[in-house]
Amino acid sequence: MAKMRGAVVVDVERCKGCELCIVNCPQNVLANIAAQVNSKGYPYVYMKNPGDCTGCTNCAVVCPDGVLTVYRVKE
Amino acid sequence: MELKDIIKPENLVYKRTECLTDKVLSYCPGCGHGTAHRLVMETIEELGIQSETIGVASVGCSVLSYDFMDVDMTGAAHGRATAVATGIKRCNPEKYVFTYQGDGDLAAIGTAETIHACNRGENITIIFINNGIYGMTGGQMAPTTLLGMKSSTTPYGRESALMGNPIKITELVAQLPGTYFVTRQSVHTPANVRKAKKAIMKAFDNQKLKKGLSFVEIVSNCNSGWKMTPVTANKWMEDNMFPFYPLGDIKVDGELVKK
Repeated sequence: MAKMRGAVVVDVERCKGCELCIVNCPQNVLANIAAQVNSKGYPYVYMKNPGDCTGCTNCAVVCPDGVLTVYRVKE
Repeated sequence: MELKDIIKPENLVYKRTECLTDKVLSYCPGCGHGTAHRLVMETIEELGIQSETIGVASVGCSVLSYDFMDVDMTGAAHGRATAVATGIKRCNPEKYVFTYQGDGDLAAIGTAETIHACNRGENITIIFINNGIYGMTGGQMAPTTLLGMKSSTTPYGRESALMGNPIKITELVAQLPGTYFVTRQSVHTPANVRKAKKAIMKAFDNQKLKKGLSFVEIVSNCNSGWKMTPVTANKWMEDNMFPFYPLGDIKVDGELVKK
């Protein structure tokens, strides 16, 4: 079976660090670090385990601020 | 495969809709308003009706929704959004008209306007965000606040003897003959977001078919008002709000759904 590979691009300045995408990611790809903040002081999200992303779009669908753009490709 | 090989325009599967403006949303982190805004605008984008839609913003946290939604919008006096929408729709029957209101606006000061617009069966769409609290003014008790729920004006929890009972305005308007589609959704998980989007799509479709009023309630969190983190607020909402405000369709195609 073909494996789906995905990637998430984060609009860092829009992210408010609410963590809803982190808890709704089935593959535990996303995370944030309290020390890494954007210009407004929010700890923004990033891809911690990029190899596990399947591009399911769950994170982007649940994000209140429309921060995430998702790409998917069949490997 | 490297990430740069995946991040290419031809592999794009999801991006923020262009019917939202570039402004950063003024809502608190994790607020359901942002998701609800996006769903309404995605629906408008998919139906291709951006230039034919007129929105009415209410008073409350959503008062600034005209800054974020890239369609023609107007602001109504507190609670009067459905009355303003009635006027707009009657003057421009070919336009799509929707109101975007919170519970303090629609279910408190605007109860009369809401009920009469629903009873008249105006051909508009009402998007109703219910977070059980007056979020913008500092978390005071709203008519929709649950019994026992703490707010800044009910520090020991709401009691029915002193403060009355919470109102299920969605069930109430479903009893009126003018409403065609009445539903209650939420936007706290991906599955619920997708269901909510289907409901909003149906609500706008009904307007096209001139079927009557569509009423979409979205049960949302208010993590600042509830004094919780966004993740715990969503859990609290599942445990406490949903038993009282059960999700699902209440009236479909003018017929009450039997439970």
